[in-house]
Amino acid sequence: MCTVCGCGQGETKIEGQTHVHGSGHAHTHADGTTHSHSHNHEHHHDRPHHYGLGPAHAHAPGLSQARMVRIEQDILGQNNRHAAANRQRFREHGQFAVNLVSSPGSGKTTLLVETIRRLGDTTPLAVIEGDQQTQFDADRIRATGAIALQINTGKGCHLDAHMVGHALDTLDLADDSLVLIENVGNLVCPAAFDLGEAHKVVILSVTEGEDKPLKYPDMFHAADLMLLNKIDLLPHLRFDVARCMEYAHRVNPNLVVIQVSATSGEGLDAWIAWLRHGMEHAQAIRLETVAALKQRVAELEAQLRTT
Amino acid sequence: MHEMSLAENILQIVEGAALDQGLQRVTEVRLEIGTLSGVEPEALRLCLEIVFKGSLAEEARVELIEIVGKGWCLSCQTEVTLHALYDPCPQCGKYPVQVTGGSEMRVKDLLAE
Repeated sequence: MCTVCGCGQGETKIEGQTHVHGSGHAHTHADGTTHSHSHNHEHHHDRPHHYGLGPAHAHAPGLSQARMVRIEQDILGQNNRHAAANRQRFREHGQFAVNLVSSPGSGKTTLLVETIRRLGDTTPLAVIEGDQQTQFDADRIRATGAIALQINTGKGCHLDAHMVGHALDTLDLADDSLVLIENVGNLVCPAAFDLGEAHKVVILSVTEGEDKPLKYPDMFHAADLMLLNKIDLLPHLRFDVARCMEYAHRVNPNLVVIQVSATSGEGLDAWIAWLRHGMEHAQAIRLETVAALKQRVAELEAQLRTT
Repeated sequence: MHEMSLAENILQIVEGAALDQGLQRVTEVRLEIGTLSGVEPEALRLCLEIVFKGSLAEEARVELIEIVGKGWCLSCQTEVTLHALYDPCPQCGKYPVQVTGGSEMRVKDLLAE
């Protein structure tokens, strides 16, 4: 398995191409074929004996030579470093990235297709699709005319920041683009994996049951926005919207909720406005950075002229 | 959750430390896992057993140190113990309680030769 992605080596595919790492990445294969370790645990006379470095700092011979090594590292530190690089990249290019998470069948892809249609041709955007298998979702997005890239995670249950970084390399997006990342349909694992996005958006459909925020609290805790989808079906269901929102706010008091229907179009204006606001903010930060850099260059040039 | 990915990340951290510090064999790995982190301790143990096989940590004992969940009750304006993300404040019974601790997943230290 690839320890960089945490996914099955050779299973992660970007646009059907096997995901291969460049040199410098450590690989550990689950079957042990290319992973070799020395199992020689005998005395190594080329290394000094650190009697005083044992856990008890014992200086007497015969006591354990084991020593304590402080690590204090976040288990997801590697993913978080990749996420930070992605976030930096989004920031520099004024791109607004959202990580869309939900259970399978919540209507994510349909909602995305409708979102892209409403944003129109003038909005620069791309979709990164994560699924274990198939190109179906990317094909549906491409049918709208938008740029889409499919990541197949193989046995992996979530996208991680490293995979998204590779996808960004491939996409080479325009400045100020909207980046919609549709995660693997799973309300559990994607909660823990930061991809470098500005916000996680959790999509819950009213056909799923109003207690999902309590059953899968991690995801609702990690999200900043909840889209309550398929509300056109409410007349046919016993779904208590107020109770669902109360449960969601128990887990995450700051969660913003927008009720939408990709089919009837209800609530989509508010969702589109939320996206546009995010895009404007991301662009403003880029322009501020550019303006600050230009000013700095002008100052340096002025200094050069006077000296 | 995704304990297999976590186990692989743990091995990567252990192997990185071994490379840096010239460790031959790891005999114990201590992990700090918060009760609100979503990690299933027994599943993580099983995954570590699989992932450590054939590595320098093959025989390592795994110790899981539980970090108790903590939160800030907005009503009481005080820190309280939390057993789950959606629990009400144990003092006043109200929501919401903002999580302040217990979501940690860290490799604390190793015992190695």
